[in-house]
Amino acid sequence: MSQTKKELLVDPLVDNNPITLQVLGLCSALAVTSSLQVAFVMTIAVTFVTAFASMFISLLRNQIPGSIRIIVQMVIIASLVILVDQVLKAYAFEISKTLSVFVGLIITNCIVMGRAEAFAMKNPPIASFIDGVGNGLGYGLILMLVGVIRELFGSGSLFGVTIFQTVNNGGWYVPNGLLLLPPSAFFIIGLIIWGFRTWKPNQVEEREYKIQSVEAH
Amino acid sequence: MGLRSFFDRIEPNFTKGGKYEKFFPIYEMVESFIYTPKTVTTAAPHARSYVDMKRIMTYVVIATIPCILFGMWNTGYQANSALATLGPDAMTGWRIAILQMLGITMDPSSLFGNVIHGFLYFLPIYLTTLIVGGIWEVIFATVRGHEVNEGFLVTSMLYTLIMPASAPLWQVALGISFGVVIGKEVFGGTGKNFLNPALVGRAFLYFAYPASMSGDAVWTPVDGFSGATALSVSASTGYEELAANGLSWMNAFYGVMQGSFGETSTLACLLGLGFLLMTKIANWRLIVGCMAGMIGFSLLLNLIGSETNPMFAMPWYWHLVLGGYAFGMVFMVTEPVSASHTNVGRYIYGALIGVMVVMIRVINPAFPEGMMLAILFGNVFAPLIDYFVVQANIKRRAKRHV
Repeated sequence: MSQTKKELLVDPLVDNNPITLQVLGLCSALAVTSSLQVAFVMTIAVTFVTAFASMFISLLRNQIPGSIRIIVQMVIIASLVILVDQVLKAYAFEISKTLSVFVGLIITNCIVMGRAEAFAMKNPPIASFIDGVGNGLGYGLILMLVGVIRELFGSGSLFGVTIFQTVNNGGWYVPNGLLLLPPSAFFIIGLIIWGFRTWKPNQVEEREYKIQSVEAH
Repeated sequence: MGLRSFFDRIEPNFTKGGKYEKFFPIYEMVESFIYTPKTVTTAAPHARSYVDMKRIMTYVVIATIPCILFGMWNTGYQANSALATLGPDAMTGWRIAILQMLGITMDPSSLFGNVIHGFLYFLPIYLTTLIVGGIWEVIFATVRGHEVNEGFLVTSMLYTLIMPASAPLWQVALGISFGVVIGKEVFGGTGKNFLNPALVGRAFLYFAYPASMSGDAVWTPVDGFSGATALSVSASTGYEELAANGLSWMNAFYGVMQGSFGETSTLACLLGLGFLLMTKIANWRLIVGCMAGMIGFSLLLNLIGSETNPMFAMPWYWHLVLGGYAFGMVFMVTEPVSASHTNVGRYIYGALIGVMVVMIRVINPAFPEGMMLAILFGNVFAPLIDYFVVQANIKRRAKRHV
């Protein structure tokens, strides 16, 4: 194993972030970030699923036949997602209603599947677990960043606590309605990617083509 | 030539190796604004023409002059008329104070009084746009090392003309920031923007602050006055009702109605169009496509008809004069960068926008005005249209050669 446990945990936060570098798991990042509370619950759910799915798949990795490995992985992931879904319905029904299908859709979140295929199938359980936690947190970091911007400027609050008093409630802040619409997350994630790649230039992809200039004869 | 020698003297400070090398774009901006740009094509083939980017952009700004003048008059006229009905209680704000101080009449029948009143609404929005957008433009030019060019003058003018007169200035500033940065600079600046920056800014504001960008209360900048745009009247009661509201077709054509600054007058837009076509800045194929798409699709909808939606019955000549159709067609559909670049593609691109604008106006009840979204939609499709046109051409020629 080339990476230490600390690297496994810390790498996906910025250097190998699942959203900004691998550009995975965007649908849910658009859908659940209009309020921080929901984004936070989603972060925990995805981290839990990724971590335990990676661990169980890693435990079984020598028994899983290569030809049906995706199906086996899906069964494990789906069981965990159902578990999370039921827990949310039992203990946080309101949030579960806001998250609606997006808890169920964790099954199809490319990050979970991607870690299972790319890491857990080749590495021991504990390392896989840590890798899952790291990637879940990397996903969560972006979710929270987007959530802070969207909730603070879109409705003037954080975690439902009013920070800027909005005009409708007699305050001064005119909320930005665009930020409550899902497309705004595209702009914000784009800007975050821009920021990350300015900070860490080695994340910048090579150009697919170059504009050539021809010398005059 | 005192000024020229001044520029020549300070130029070495800004060129490579000079003291203020970093600020070359700013020097270049001022210098090329006053004199002809010195940059020439270095790579062959050397097409020779007097039309450079500076001239194109200046021509577009000139073409908007009828819209600007008429927009000022109309804004002032609408405001003064509203004041006349509401009485002296509604006369608040610094504009009224200035008008009263200078002793300028607020009688809606006075041409001069209307223009001055409208000018007092136009100027703050325009200045905000220029300053805020200009700052972004200079920042990007300095960091990225490209030059600031006159394209921004066009963007800022068009952006100002599609604002409602009552738009709060901080929103104007936010919108143009979004338009310039996300609509243009992130893609590499003028010439690489596949969306129209002015429209991107306007769309941002439309979705972010719908209360101050749409509805009935924003078009006439007088508190407590509400006047629906002709399009929203037609959407709720049918275009025949417009006459009952005192709006004849000719009035709509001249532009004496509620709307954003420069978009109300079809006549002023057509004057601008004439100038743009004469100077060959605007491509006539785009106009033909856009008109054909709009006329064809509205005739089709007239034919289909609808019991519940009065907009179906709206004839094409009303679509032409209401809302931002004429303004968008003349100044935004014809924008060469974001439009299709092939001749066949230009017809298709224009027609796509023409169809979309009628579709959004008539069939989507959420948006009474459709030109902004239709053009942005067209912008996104323009490269795809070009791609298919080019591919079709390659196939056709390959077949001929077998």
